[in-house]
Order: sequence, then structure tokens, then C-alpha cells
Amino acid sequence: MAKLICIVCPKGCHLTVDETTFEVVGNNCPRGAAYGKAELTSPTRVITSTVKVEKGDICRCPVRTKGAIPKGKMFDVMSALRKVTLVSPVKIGDVVIPNVCDTGIDVIATRNV
Amino acid sequence: MFDVIIIGGGVIGSAAAYELTKYNLRVALFEKENDIATGTTKANSAIIHAGYDPVPGSLTARLNVRGNELAHEICKKLDVPFKETGSVVCAFGEEDDATVKKLYERGVQNGVPGLRILNKEELRALEPNISEDATSALYAPTAGVISPWEYALAFAETAVVNGLELHLCEKVTDIKENTVVTEKGEYGAKYIVAAAGVNCAEVEGYVKEPDFVLKANKGEYFLLDKSAFGIVNTVVFQCPNKNGKGVLISPTVHGNIIVGPNAEGVSDKTDISTTAQGLDFVRNAAYKSVPSLNLSANIRNFAGMRANTNEEDFIIRFVSPQFLSLAGIKSPGLASAPAIAEYVCELLKDAGLEMSKKETYTDSRSVIRFKELTAEEKNALIKKDPAYGRVVCRCEIITEGEINATFKTPIPPVSIDGVKRRCNAGMGRCQGGFCAPRVLDIIHKNTGIPKEKILKDKEGSYVLSGGAL
Amino acid sequence: MIDVIVIGGGPAGLAAAVSARDNGAEKVLIIERDTCLGGILNQCIHNGFGLHRFKEELSGPEYASRYVEQLENIEVLTDTMVLEVTPQRVVRAVSRENGYIELEAKAIVLAMGCRERTRGAISIPGDRPAGVYTAGAAQRYLNIEGYMVGKNAVILGSGDIGLIMARRMTLEGAKVHACVELMPYSGGLTRNIVQCLNDFDIPLYLAHTITRIHGKNRVEGVTIAKVGPDRKPIAGTEFDIECDTVLLSVGLIPENELTRGAGIPIDRRTNGAFVYENMETLSEGIFACGNVVHVHDLVDYVSAESERAGAAAAKYALGSKAAGRVITVENGEGVSYTVPQYIRPENCGKTASLFFRVRNVYRNVRITVRNGEKLVASFNREHMAPGEMESIVIPVSLVGDAEKLTVSIEEVK
Repeated sequence: MAKLICIVCPKGCHLTVDETTFEVVGNNCPRGAAYGKAELTSPTRVITSTVKVEKGDICRCPVRTKGAIPKGKMFDVMSALRKVTLVSPVKIGDVVIPNVCDTGIDVIATRNV
Repeated sequence: MFDVIIIGGGVIGSAAAYELTKYNLRVALFEKENDIATGTTKANSAIIHAGYDPVPGSLTARLNVRGNELAHEICKKLDVPFKETGSVVCAFGEEDDATVKKLYERGVQNGVPGLRILNKEELRALEPNISEDATSALYAPTAGVISPWEYALAFAETAVVNGLELHLCEKVTDIKENTVVTEKGEYGAKYIVAAAGVNCAEVEGYVKEPDFVLKANKGEYFLLDKSAFGIVNTVVFQCPNKNGKGVLISPTVHGNIIVGPNAEGVSDKTDISTTAQGLDFVRNAAYKSVPSLNLSANIRNFAGMRANTNEEDFIIRFVSPQFLSLAGIKSPGLASAPAIAEYVCELLKDAGLEMSKKETYTDSRSVIRFKELTAEEKNALIKKDPAYGRVVCRCEIITEGEINATFKTPIPPVSIDGVKRRCNAGMGRCQGGFCAPRVLDIIHKNTGIPKEKILKDKEGSYVLSGGAL
Repeated sequence: MIDVIVIGGGPAGLAAAVSARDNGAEKVLIIERDTCLGGILNQCIHNGFGLHRFKEELSGPEYASRYVEQLENIEVLTDTMVLEVTPQRVVRAVSRENGYIELEAKAIVLAMGCRERTRGAISIPGDRPAGVYTAGAAQRYLNIEGYMVGKNAVILGSGDIGLIMARRMTLEGAKVHACVELMPYSGGLTRNIVQCLNDFDIPLYLAHTITRIHGKNRVEGVTIAKVGPDRKPIAGTEFDIECDTVLLSVGLIPENELTRGAGIPIDRRTNGAFVYENMETLSEGIFACGNVVHVHDLVDYVSAESERAGAAAAKYALGSKAAGRVITVENGEGVSYTVPQYIRPENCGKTASLFFRVRNVYRNVRITVRNGEKLVASFNREHMAPGEMESIVIPVSLVGDAEKLTVSIEEVK
């Protein structure tokens, strides 16, 4: 049995996951069950960071991956973000990098600049 | 060739520069750090002592009483925050009562005006929060609190306006008769005045083996938030006794409460770290005077180094025909500063330096303090310069205009703490947590220094670890 | 005359203003000291905001924009600092554009947020070099200005901002050597321990503290020691870590200088104003909400609370004063404070919401609300921690004629 703390939402449910059947106990919602299983099989994380933006009222634009990416690719995504320079205007939801690091997930802007 | 070179940009060196630049002299001042007032001057109790403490007849007694008198005038002229709060030395028991009487007599002999011994009731009327155990006190109405670094800056800035050649970041490494050797060059001078604070023995040693022993002594402090203001009204000392000199609790001129210091002899005179033991000592000692003191309102701890020596008196004398050493200037050095400066002029004159007063020199200075202005004045100022409409330091209500103004002074700041010493931005309860990034930006805009090169305080105190990402 | 002036344009102020307008206030004004709205959310670029409110995981700026988009018919003064609020509801402020101004309002909502505790507040001994930052200051340098404050960090305190910064600095290439927490439990959300520390193998030292900071000009290292039950360092347990940066995440303090200036009574437990059920302070017509009242851990709750404050301010501005008898809410065993501190049942509708924090980590306990000995309501909880704000909803019909309600943590019988 693996003891986990669910990170899907700030509630932080204390999960117990069966390592063979991946049955989850302690979750308050279905997303917790999915998280418990995924964390033991193929853990994923959302990456948030900033990228350079030119000609705007601020010099960094916050961004995030639109969904979770494989945990092992976190630093690859960071490297990819370092190469990006946006030019104002940027709108919330604008795709900054499509399919980042072949994860199938887009990186999007999270602030209007 | 300079007429006089001053070594050291603390309050003593700065005061000497202020006094000497009133004369037709070519004067230079060398300071090893990047600003005025970065040593003992910025880390002490900030008290202008009345002068009852020094032994009658001593140099210290005379200079302290005279220095107190001068501080009252100079702070008005040079716009330095100063408040004559008065001070009380509290007695706790019969033995202390006797000390209070002795201090009173000393003070009278020293010529301190207005001294009075307060009985228990009078003391409590003046200081309602004082401990029930206090039995009597010596009241000195002329004691006051000052902004020590602004005092030193006011002296140095006025001196620069009057022709002082100021060399910051230039450490003096040797003295050869009439030549001052620094890291950057050699400079000739008819006279050399050393005001090197805790480095007095080292600098004097360039000329001659000192005949005194430096006993560097560290003192640690608490600085309390403005919410604690009013817990005492005057500078509250404890009677010196066999257990030590006691600690003081005092309002500061900026509206905070200062508590300290302890006294610890140290071997490393550059070690101004605070310690758990030192702070505990101060904490416990302070409760003796004011049991209800709220030390959880602390916003900053700091420690300062005092240039104590084996002698009780200041050690001011020519060590060679050209070299005037101001050594062992510990408390009440701050209070004595302008009197020491006068004395330096006298000694140089007696030694043969030709001294004629300049026909015209500047003896005034003014600083805009936004929060002290009336509504009309605030509006007029913002109309003239909108930067005064933007509050950058929210704890102390310091505007962008006031910060910009520091860069137009005769000695512009080069660090975040340099800005703080000039206009109080970052001095408040959040200790720059909110405004430091903004002040850094304003320094960058005013000086063009890249952000990653901007310092918190001294050389090496970089704020950011590299350029923009 | 302005109906409602909202002081602060962060999450609390935005939600309060929107709600005041939606509840009938015609002239609503937000005064914000920064050049843009959103407050601290602008630098909180991490995700996790809005799960309750919008059923989405948003970043801070996205969450703020959801409210900024709703500001139709609401006036905004940015880059404007309020210097004073009077009990007569006069607001004095200053700005580049308008100079020194004086405004009158029928109702005021205080939404100034909070600030971080500093090194001074906890008296860490040692040298005083550059390189000691509050986590929030480091976050601003990094996320807004795009500069790193250091390359090798130790974090004191396991508050959420510290944990978030541990991950953020690690992702940007810094080495975070340790997170040191005085208490035997973490002060942050457990999920942040997992995804900010555990993910990057950053050790968490519980019941430890920094006893000394080293470095004359820039931080060179720290000494860490274990602490006993009295939270005092235990001699002999010290060890050193070399680092160039110390980040402090040691608590937040509601920013109540304006509140104090207006003479409004402050609760020593929360460091915020005492409030009634509708977030009205003890000064009539002046309301308060968000972190200026008590420090929240979820912005979603800030929004909900602020909407109540905004609605109540609008109601007051339109001439309807809250009244009726007052019940005092007190904290019992295990509870460190409650908000509100006072409830006027006639003003509540069917239920009264209570927010509070517990003093300790608890498992399988119940929250009780008692009128003297008499049990009014009880709520079971599997897990509670001081780092996580709790809330309960009490049906007003159960309160009866109580003058005092006590909220406690009790063992499940």
C-alpha cells in the first residue's frame, strides 16, 4: 500500500493506493482516484513559469502547460520556455509553445500583456 | 597638496570635514566603504547624551556638553531629525540611588543644564510604564535622540558643497609623514586627521605604535515597530552598577523604540553579528526597566562596534607633527562629534595651520519629507513633480520623488541601504520586503547601474544573483 | 458622494467591488496602490487558484483577470495610495495623477491584504548580509522582474509561498538545499509539500530552525538546529549548510495600519479587525474582507468572503443598516480564532458561516459548537491542521437564544 497526498486540488486528501490493483482509498472525488493511480504508474505535473515578453508593460509573461505533462519532462519544458520571446500584445490563453516537448500539451499565456 | 586629509567617513570624520571646509583650506576625506556612516555611526543607540556621565575635567566631559549644545543648532541648520526628549537614569534600590546622586553632582560640575533628581512619583509621572521597582532617577532635559547617519550625511554633504574632496571606496593603507597612501594612489597633505573609529589603532599604527590598547566592544539591539512607540517618552537608562552599565529603552527620532545594548568585548572588530545570548541579555535587562515592553514588535536586530580602549577618556592628540589621531571615540562620540570637530580646528591652528574663514560658505541643507507636509504642500509638490505622488515605501510613506531626490544630493547613494539612510525607504515594519525591488528599480533608473550589480549595502552585498533570465 | 469605496484591488477588493455593484451600489470605486489590479495574484504564477470558484485550476493572473473582466461601471484609481481612512468614512489618498485627494463614501470596504513577517519579527541572530529575503520579495524579483535572487537557497518556514518558491527556484536552475520548519508539522498545504519539495528531493526539516546566518556582505551559509517542545534550539544538534540565499516564509500579518488609524478595534488573535457576520467591522459602515481580516490559504475563500462584504457594504450604502442582538463567538479547545467574532442572527438568513484555524494537527475529531454546555452543532473531520483554514455552516435555527457560542475541537465519542 502506498500512502500519497493528493495534489489535484488544495484540499490535499490523504490517499492509500494498492500497488497492484491501483485501487484508491481516502479520495473525496473521482479526480483523486485518477491521481492516485497515475502517480504510481506515470506521474504528471503542470508546469508554470514565465517567458520573456517585449514591448509590453511588463517584461515577463506568466505561462503554464494547459494540462499535466510527464513529471520527467519538467526540466525539458523549462529549457524550451527559456528560448521563447513573446511580443506584446499577448492575451490569456494564447499558445506560447504548441505541443511542448512532444507531450501533446500546449503552453499558454496566463496574463494579458 | 591638500591642507588636511581626513581618514574615515563616520560622524567624527564628517563633522571634522564640515568644520574644516568653513576655512580657506583644501580638504579631502578618504573612506574605505562606498558611503558615509557605514560603521559605528549607523549602529549605536542614537543618543545625544546630556553630559553627566564623563569624569569632570576630562576631555570627554567638555566635548560632550559642548557637542550637545551644538547639536541643537546644527540639526536645525542642516535639517537633521533630532528631538530633545530628555533622559532618565533610573535607580533600582539604595545603591543605585547613591549613584544617581553621584551622577547629578558630576553633571553639575560638567555644566549640564537643567539636571534634576526625580523621586519615584515624579519618575512615574514622566514615565508611566516604568517598573514599580524604580526608586529614583536623574533627569537630564537636554538629552535627545537623533538620526546618526543623517547627522553624518548632513555634515559630509555640506562639506562637499563647501569644497570637500570626497573619496569613497578608497581605503588608506599607509601614512608616510605628509603622504597618505591608499589603494588607488598617494596624496600629500600638510596635516592628516584620523577618525577611523574601531580602526583607530590600525591607522595610528601606520605612523607609530599606538600607546593605547583598543578593546573593541560589541553592543546588540532590538528596534521595535512604531506600534510600540510611547512605551517610554524619554531615553530610559539604568544605573551603572557592579552588574554592568544596564540597557536603555528609548524612542527613536523616526518614531520607533530602540532597546539595547549589551556590552561584549570581542577579538574580531569586524564581527557585528547578533547572537542569541546577546539578544537574550538585552531582552531580560530591558524588562527590568519596563516590564510591559512588547519585544515581539521587533522589526530588526543589529549590533554595532565601539572603539573602547584601556583609557576612559577620548584620545585626541598629535602623534607626529603632521598626524592628529582621534582615537578611542566611543560613547558619547556621537553627541560630541561637532565639538570634536571644533577641537580639531583649534589643534590644527595651534599646530600652525593657517586658518581663515571663507567669506561665503553654505551652512544650510534641507530635505523634503513628504509625510510631514500639509495637504496643500503635498498637492503643490506633486503638481511640480508627479513622482511625489507615488508612495514607494508604504510603511514609512516615502515617495518616489524623495528617493529620486537622494540622487541629486552632493553624495548620491549607491545601494539600497544608502537610499534608506537618506530618506528612510525600507526602514519600516516590512524592512524593505515590499519596496526593495522598487527601490532597486529606481536606483537603476537614476544611476544606470545594471540591476544585478546594485548592492544592498557594502561591496559584495549583491541583491540579485545574475542578469535578467 | 461615492456609495462604496473599496481599498485594495487584489482578490478581496475585486470581488467586493463586483459584488457591491451587483447588489445595487451605483457608484463603486476601487483604490489600488499598484499600477495594475490583481494584487499579489500577479506574482503568483503557479496554478491551483479557482478550483472552488470556477471549477478550473488557474494561475494567479488568470484568476485575477476573471474579476477584472467584470468591472463594468466600477471606477478604478490605480497607482494611488490611501494614507488615511476616518470613522466618518472619509478617505485621503495620494497619486501621481490626482495629487492629494479626499473622498467621501457611504460605505468603505477595507481589502488591503497582508504582508510577510520578516527576519526581525523572529530575531534570527547572526550577520546581516544581503541574500535574506521574504519568499514573496524573491517571488516578485523572479516572476515580475525576471531576476533570480540566488543560486543556493535554504528556506525557513514551510508556508505556501516558501514551498512554491522552492519549486520555482529549482525549476529555474537554483539548488534549494533545505526547507526548515520550527513546528513539528508543516505550515503549508500538504499538496505543496508533495509537489514542491518531494518532487525535487528537497529535505524538509520539521522541528528545526535557523539559529545563525553567516556572511559579512552576502549570505554564505546558515546554522540549523533541532528545537525542543519549547521551540528553543537544542544545543549540540547544530549543523551548517552553505548557501547564498535565505528565503523566509514565516507567516503573514494582516496589513491594518489604515484600520488602526481609523480607530477600528483589532482582534489580537487574527491581527485583523473584529467583524460581524456580514464582514462589518465595529465601526459602522466600514467593512473588511480577505487577508486584511485573517490570513486565508485559498483565494477562492477570499473571494467568497469578499462578496459577502461587498454585498453588505452596498446594502449599507443604500440605507439598510444591520442590527439586532449580537452573539459572541469564542474559541474553545484547539481553536486559535474564529471569523466572524460576532453574529447578529437576525442578519444571517438561514445559516451563519464560520471560519477558523486549529492549533494542532488532528485526526478523526469533531468540531463542536456549544452554547455553554449545550451542543448546538457538531462536524466530524478526518484530518485538520493549522495550515488549513476550516469552515463550518451553522443553521441559525439551532442557535436559539445563545449569547455566546464556543467552537472547539473534541474527540469523537
